[in-house]
Amino acid sequence: MSERVMDDDAGLRDGGLADAAPPTDGEARAGGLGRWLSARLRRGGRGLVIAIPYTWLLLFFLLPFAIVAKISFAEYQLGIPPYTPLVEWAEDTYLRITLAIGNYQFLLEDPLYIEAYLGSLKMATVSTILTLLVGYPMAYGIARAKPSTRNVLLLLVILPFWTSFLIRVYAWIGILKSNGILNNFLMWTGIINEPLPLLYNEFSVYLGITYSYLPFMILPLYANLEKLDKTLLEAAADLGCRPWKTFLTVTLPLSLPGIVAGSLLVFIPAVGEFVIPDLLGGPETLMIGRVLWSEFFNNRDWPVASAVAIAMLVFLVVPIMIFQHYQAKGEKR
Amino acid sequence: MRNRSFFLLTALGFGFAFLYLPILLLIIYSFNENRLVTVWSGFSTQWYGELLRDDNILDAAWVSLRVAFFSATISTALGTIAGMVMARFGRFKGRTLFSGMLSAPLVMPEVITGLSLLLLFVALEGLIGVPQGRGVSTITIAHATFTMAFVAVIIQSRLSQMDESIEEAALDLGARPAKVFFAITLPIISPALVAGWLLAFTMSLDDLVVASFTSGPSSTTLPMVVFSSVRLGVSPKINALATLLVLVAALTILIAAWFMRRQESQREKEAAAASAEQDRF
Repeated sequence: MSERVMDDDAGLRDGGLADAAPPTDGEARAGGLGRWLSARLRRGGRGLVIAIPYTWLLLFFLLPFAIVAKISFAEYQLGIPPYTPLVEWAEDTYLRITLAIGNYQFLLEDPLYIEAYLGSLKMATVSTILTLLVGYPMAYGIARAKPSTRNVLLLLVILPFWTSFLIRVYAWIGILKSNGILNNFLMWTGIINEPLPLLYNEFSVYLGITYSYLPFMILPLYANLEKLDKTLLEAAADLGCRPWKTFLTVTLPLSLPGIVAGSLLVFIPAVGEFVIPDLLGGPETLMIGRVLWSEFFNNRDWPVASAVAIAMLVFLVVPIMIFQHYQAKGEKR
Repeated sequence: MRNRSFFLLTALGFGFAFLYLPILLLIIYSFNENRLVTVWSGFSTQWYGELLRDDNILDAAWVSLRVAFFSATISTALGTIAGMVMARFGRFKGRTLFSGMLSAPLVMPEVITGLSLLLLFVALEGLIGVPQGRGVSTITIAHATFTMAFVAVIIQSRLSQMDESIEEAALDLGARPAKVFFAITLPIISPALVAGWLLAFTMSLDDLVVASFTSGPSSTTLPMVVFSSVRLGVSPKINALATLLVLVAALTILIAAWFMRRQESQREKEAAAASAEQDRF
């Protein structure tokens, strides 16, 4: 809490510095006291404006992580809350601080957690590639369509995004399950004699992620491909370049920023995904988000769940943020 | 040349079929008479009737709508201020931390956000007794926190496209910053405000993970009811619910698109009229 107050003050002081540079006409006319008063007021207003979202984020975003970190060093116990206190008064005379690193040791020793972490990375990578393969031709096709059709097509891409995510995942259960629509259809046509195992395996999770995140891939790709300078393609064609070669040597390299942006938008939520592996995946589909969920809701082990969250933060979120930071810098240059 | 456009057309066809066929099948089978959702036996609207008599689902829908409304409103207010701070306030102490905290929710897995907020609420209750238990208010705070980042991104990008000289002119003419904001900036960015609110509303309505962590026993949201029912298998009632949700979303989008198009053509007309006016002089 004291940190917050300090920061607000800093905001005020600094705001004053930035604002002091060019005095407006009104201020100049108002003279000494009035000028001082209005500058003071503006400084206060500026600090207050910054303080509102700042306080909210410190309280509801940063502080929670401090608490998660704290609990990850506690031990599980039966009771409410279900973890041991970190700091306690031993015989009312001195403070005793107990840091239990057992939770982190446990994460390293039990192969479940590392496998789940690697599994998440694998699932997210494969489905990002699949989404790119489906999304790129679509984005390219939309960018090449007539402007009037283009708007309709874009609307059609965005529309599923506004409908419930859960419902769209649910739709696949009815299609893929062993007496589902697809198996019934295939058996009716006589292509197969017994139902294929389409649901509750890795295949259905890949399908679910690709399906759910396809709009996230198409939109940035489209935005990039639409800006593509068509004269470059014409020049390549005039110089006798074959369409496929033009695509590979001109279009594809130029659309690389769009590919990176779209892939990140798919990869990041896919890595921490819980709903899709839980509803479409089998028991062997290990993903870290699902492990955290079951650690918390099924085992009620808050300290281990917290340790998993901290590990995810360090090995997943922080690298992604650093990558994004440098990528944004690179684009500006 | 013809080869390639054939390829693109096929890709588009398959892509859109991939996007829409599942939703279409969902809608068709919501009118199925059979209790086994995927075995067609005849047309019926009985599941819609059962849906409307299901108090569990109706209560949860009401909870979800309230949470979505309040959290979207809070997050639009906070997100607008945050976007404004990022786009217009220049340097201030703690800016790096601020922009970090503002953009982190965009990449934060939902399970982490949910867990951390729950632990915060539990700790706060133990320390100061507020919030008492968890319910609509804690879900609202959680949703406002993770959606405000998205609102801030929209507002910030709109502000960076906007012509700053109008604001500067008003300041030069002696208007106070607050007045400039409410009289000039806010009306200009109002479409972005609406877009941000709608996005926050949809994300809140759609969220399962964060709500599951931060809800209490008496406050179950609609996605939570759907999830626990879907975990047990497909049910025709959920198909009926899905159809209604898709219908509402589609109608909202179409109305919004029509509205934006009308506004745009009006703006174009005005611009054409203005330039015609200029030509006369």
